[in-house]
Amino acid sequence: MSNQEKNQTFKPASEADVCDMVKWALTNKQRIDVFGTHTRRNVGKPMQTTCGLDLSDLSGVQLYEPEELVLGAGAGSTLAEIERLLADNNQQFEFEPPNFSHLLGNKTSGTLGGMVACGFAGPRRVKAGSVRDHVLGARAVSGRGEIFKSGGRVVKNVTGYDLPKVLTSSWGTLAAMTQLTFKVLPKPETESTLVLTGLDVATANRAMTKALGSVVDVSGAAHLPDERTVLRLEGVKPSVKSRVATLQKILSEYGEIDVLGKAKSAKLWADIRDVKALSSNAESPIWRISVPPASGAKALALIEQHLDVTALMDWGGGLIWLEIHGEKTACAAQVRSTIAKTGGHATLFRASKKSRAGSAVFQPQPDALARLSQRVKSVFDPQGVLNPARMYEENS
Amino acid sequence: MTHLKMPDVNQHSLDSRQKIISDLQAICPGEAVISHENEMRAFESDGLTAYRQIPLVVVLPQTTEQVSQVLKYCHDNDIRVVPRGAGTSLSGGALPLEDGVLLGMGKFNKILDIDYDNRCVTVEPGVTNLGITHAVEAQGFYYAPDPSSQIACSIGGNIAENSGGVHSLKYGLTTNNVLGFEVVLITGEVIQIGGKHMDSEGYDLMGILTGSEGLLGVITKVTVRILRKPETARALLIGFPSSENAGQCVADVISSGVIAAGMEMMDKPAIHAAEDFVHAGYPLDVEALLIVELDGPEVEVDHLIDAVSKIAHDNKAVSVLASTNEEERLNFWAGRKAAFPAVGRISPDYYCMDGTIPRHQLPTVLSRMAEMSAKYDLRVANVFHAGDGNMHPLILYDANVPGELEKTEEFGADILKLCVEVGGVLTGEHGVGVEKRDLMPAMFSQTDMEHQQRLKCAFDAKGLLNPGKVFPQLYHCAEMGKMHISGGKLPFPDIPRF
Repeated sequence: MSNQEKNQTFKPASEADVCDMVKWALTNKQRIDVFGTHTRRNVGKPMQTTCGLDLSDLSGVQLYEPEELVLGAGAGSTLAEIERLLADNNQQFEFEPPNFSHLLGNKTSGTLGGMVACGFAGPRRVKAGSVRDHVLGARAVSGRGEIFKSGGRVVKNVTGYDLPKVLTSSWGTLAAMTQLTFKVLPKPETESTLVLTGLDVATANRAMTKALGSVVDVSGAAHLPDERTVLRLEGVKPSVKSRVATLQKILSEYGEIDVLGKAKSAKLWADIRDVKALSSNAESPIWRISVPPASGAKALALIEQHLDVTALMDWGGGLIWLEIHGEKTACAAQVRSTIAKTGGHATLFRASKKSRAGSAVFQPQPDALARLSQRVKSVFDPQGVLNPARMYEENS
Repeated sequence: MTHLKMPDVNQHSLDSRQKIISDLQAICPGEAVISHENEMRAFESDGLTAYRQIPLVVVLPQTTEQVSQVLKYCHDNDIRVVPRGAGTSLSGGALPLEDGVLLGMGKFNKILDIDYDNRCVTVEPGVTNLGITHAVEAQGFYYAPDPSSQIACSIGGNIAENSGGVHSLKYGLTTNNVLGFEVVLITGEVIQIGGKHMDSEGYDLMGILTGSEGLLGVITKVTVRILRKPETARALLIGFPSSENAGQCVADVISSGVIAAGMEMMDKPAIHAAEDFVHAGYPLDVEALLIVELDGPEVEVDHLIDAVSKIAHDNKAVSVLASTNEEERLNFWAGRKAAFPAVGRISPDYYCMDGTIPRHQLPTVLSRMAEMSAKYDLRVANVFHAGDGNMHPLILYDANVPGELEKTEEFGADILKLCVEVGGVLTGEHGVGVEKRDLMPAMFSQTDMEHQQRLKCAFDAKGLLNPGKVFPQLYHCAEMGKMHISGGKLPFPDIPRF
């Protein structure tokens, strides 16, 4: 029987119960697996936990005022449910949260808590910022077994430290989030996508750089494994029409340009967001690499010197989704030596448990930064009860 | 000066002053150490001039290495440090301490790298906010956050305070526009966070340091993203018979899916003061005035100007003017931009507040503020970043009238408590500093604040960086780190398990 099977999982119905559960774990030296729907269970370091904390019952919308651009909900609310509600009001999370079902073999896109804890943004990152830029406030139970709140429901707020930022992308290692408040934004009236075909990676990277540096306000710039280079424009109809024409002129040196209308464009970008261009075969490792956008092609060329890969390049070259073929390991050394040359970071997004246990999943940090991160972990969770060693090895 | 309790003075630092001066001179040779009282006067306060204090000594390092050595020296010798950028803070964030070294970052004034391909600029923290835009505007780029002090305020100070501006609804605050920085901890350790890439990995320490008001570290280098300047910008100047109408108009604009580059509201006293001062042509027979700015491609801006004009008419606007050229647009803004000095003309002194409220609470807050104004017998004029709910009530007073400053501060505190009461926050963009420090419990429980203060312990276990700011009480980190765990039994036996 594995650890997970004999472990008990608790599913509190209130924030107070979450708090009691953490206190119980502290007293009884338990180590908690904090989760919503476990959609990203196989991302990050494998954990040795003794019990589970299922937050999916902390669901439901507490606050939604479309005209104030604010939404607050339980951390266990499903992303699908919230996105439906937003869509009914012609609004959205502007950072375009991905659904990783294709890559990870999940049935759902997870919860708001999971979305915030992992902090992954989609293609609109280049224009709209990341998850952390849209979290306005949070309530959570820290590893000390204490309920705390931070931030608020207004966009402009500099009162005290911005704790929602440090909770975002902390993979549940600092606190179990119970309630989250977000800035939400109107959906654009329409969108169009310009499609260039047959460019090599370096040329595509240059074309995307040119487009992103122009006045047309590109909201998505990606290069697909099938050598399509795609650029999205969103906004009110007359604006999109005029910007499509402008961008066609700007990119005329790159050959024929197709233009996709709203429906086809939306489908294309949903696929890019969800990384459909890579295979769903769990056996082949996938890296998620963030580099300076104009260095995307360089990073990829360096990696291709050593490895047989399929790559989806998003964020104008700044984000590389990399699938490695025909290797028995995740090839961390080759990937990380590339990052050392370009700057940025690489996350081992999909790999066998053995690979994830055997090498760093997240970018290793220089000593002083690693020590500071460790101290940040300790002030929130001194005994290491929450998602122990999910991100980094911990001193205990 | 009103009474403000600062941390108990460290007598040992005062007694060792001469040695500290000579030790700092050894680290930062030349004229980098200022110790004569007359010369230190220039540093005795920031933009919150009601509070003044001559520091123990001023040091103006020039390199990261010097900053690192100064901080390590202070850390090793238990000496307090107050970092300072351009000194434009409105909340007393750079108020010196009698027993503390004032670390001025003014010599860090170089632009290090402009990278148009990656759309970012790397600068030293003493470069002014507007200096970044000036460096890139010839190529059609700019740096988006635009606090009204942008001519003078430094980017390092912007990071410390997470500064905003009139365009923050569409373009974000400082925190949304920083890609990376180099920070020196009080221990002297130099840490790089982020870079030219997006989304630095690990805990978002950049997010914590931004807006930390100089309590966590000293920024020595920063990379910010730059944007292409929109092709055109046009503004609407809209007068309303009531603030309710103006507030509803803002809500309807946003509901219709339009995110304006800026939406600014002024109330009647502010309109009159501004019009008397700059003669911008503001209507004087209205209760509220709204400036809506739209930017982007010409065809988009024209389209949205029509859409917003219609919404304004639907909300009983009595006058709707759309700028047809750049001169007119700037003229619409002239009154708003001069609102603070304009108010300064009609009153010997004014006190600028900075709360944020959920936008729909505006009519309630304005009417409650009018009641308070009567109670305290002090006039108040309001300018309001209507798009994001950030309000700047200006309380008019005369510092020469005994007791009037104290009364003003009390009035201000009441306004901020009201902001929190209606679901808002104490400060939208000016920071807590010393000014709002003692109001923090109005918004945060003891436990909330302890979670923030422990984070400070992770950066500065001895509490030497900018103590006395942001938090009403100082704690020893060791004591705050202790845990008192109770409850050995699983307290909810009947919950579902699987």
